[in-house]
Amino acid sequence: MDKRDRIVRRVARELRDGDCVNLGIGLPTLVASVIPPGVDITLHSENGLLGIGPYPDEDAVDPDLINAGKETITEAPGCSYFNGAESFAMVRGGHIDLTVLGALEVDMAGNLANWMIPGKMVKGMGGAMDLVAGARRVVIAMEHTTKDGASKIVPSCSLPLTGAKVVSLIVTELAVIEVTPEGLVLREIAEDTTLEAVTSATAAPLMVPTSVGRF
Amino acid sequence: MNKVTTAEAAVARIPHGATIMMGGFGLCGIPENLVRALHAQGTRDLTIISNNAGIDGFGIGVLLGARQVRKMVSTYVGENREFERQLLANEIEVELVPQGTFAERIRAGGAGVGGFYTPTGVGTIVADGKETRVLNGRSYLLELPLRADFAFIKGYKGDRAGNLVYRKTARNFNPMMATAATMTIAEVEQLVEIGELDPESIVTPAIFVKHILQGTHYEKRVERRVVHRIHAPV
Repeated sequence: MDKRDRIVRRVARELRDGDCVNLGIGLPTLVASVIPPGVDITLHSENGLLGIGPYPDEDAVDPDLINAGKETITEAPGCSYFNGAESFAMVRGGHIDLTVLGALEVDMAGNLANWMIPGKMVKGMGGAMDLVAGARRVVIAMEHTTKDGASKIVPSCSLPLTGAKVVSLIVTELAVIEVTPEGLVLREIAEDTTLEAVTSATAAPLMVPTSVGRF
Repeated sequence: MNKVTTAEAAVARIPHGATIMMGGFGLCGIPENLVRALHAQGTRDLTIISNNAGIDGFGIGVLLGARQVRKMVSTYVGENREFERQLLANEIEVELVPQGTFAERIRAGGAGVGGFYTPTGVGTIVADGKETRVLNGRSYLLELPLRADFAFIKGYKGDRAGNLVYRKTARNFNPMMATAATMTIAEVEQLVEIGELDPESIVTPAIFVKHILQGTHYEKRVERRVVHRIHAPV
């Protein structure tokens, strides 16, 4: 299985029936296409829509209807539109059950960096800082290492933070890792990897319980 | 009082160095006519408050390309190479604001609120230089209101009194911005007579709108056309 596919399928298992969910741009957006049967969720788009539907057919593309990634979308039945202040009242006010975001770095304390690389990339934080401050659960969906093979799970973030102590769960193609007050706990490893492979690909120390699941 | 104007007449009031809010999320719900007229007028040294900075060659990107902008206040600017070039070369000033804080600062600016405490940005560089306060056991930052000299608003329908309705996600930041400027100018796709809009459905009441104009030649470009994959019959 493609590693991005594996990540989004595992993240989708974190969704609970009835959840209001905000999916970040890029890899997290793909979670919408693999929602398990019987799980009915509402997708929030911070540009002002509660109830994102599937991508449109060619003849139904509407420039006035986009998601936060600026992609054309459709309305889900029962959706509603609102302005940016109301949208972030939903986010900051704790009305979003779960957000899925990408990351450049996550550390042992659950600190997240995903919005800038000083001197190289300055794109802005968009809604990410509000989402990590307000969503009830923050799940990170990312590849375990950078293109150069460096661990993205580090003892302490070196890049500017998006939020401090905000991450609940990290899902990569290799592992599912829970952030606890005591540190990072390895919950599951991928079915085709080994404990040694996961720990050696992870720069931050991992607590390994007696029972580690497979996914 | 007649509020109906043209884009050219509306922007003629804008001096060099003005601060202007512009509605829109990406290219969705942007005031195309007013941006076009401001570009043609050549007004310089502008501070623009807008969620994004357009793309190269369209929207605010046109103003950036013509070097009319001194400073951007935005939340995400990743779609515009010329902007990123000017930023990395220190040719333009930028203030990046978390999106919810951006929206609420504008709302506060229009609502006469002197500031507010938000948990967004605590423990990040966004907190630098700001008052941090613990309320009910949680840390918050003090954020101050945002206002502008002018606001460029894009509505779907508007009446001659200045009441506005929006369409789908083209609403975005337009309603807050309409409240937070000394002079709000709205352009609409359909300018209608007073009484034609259902009062129950009006999103921006006329009190916030000083001038309104019928827009023309809307391009309404799509930034990322993604369509449902149509599977070939097996």
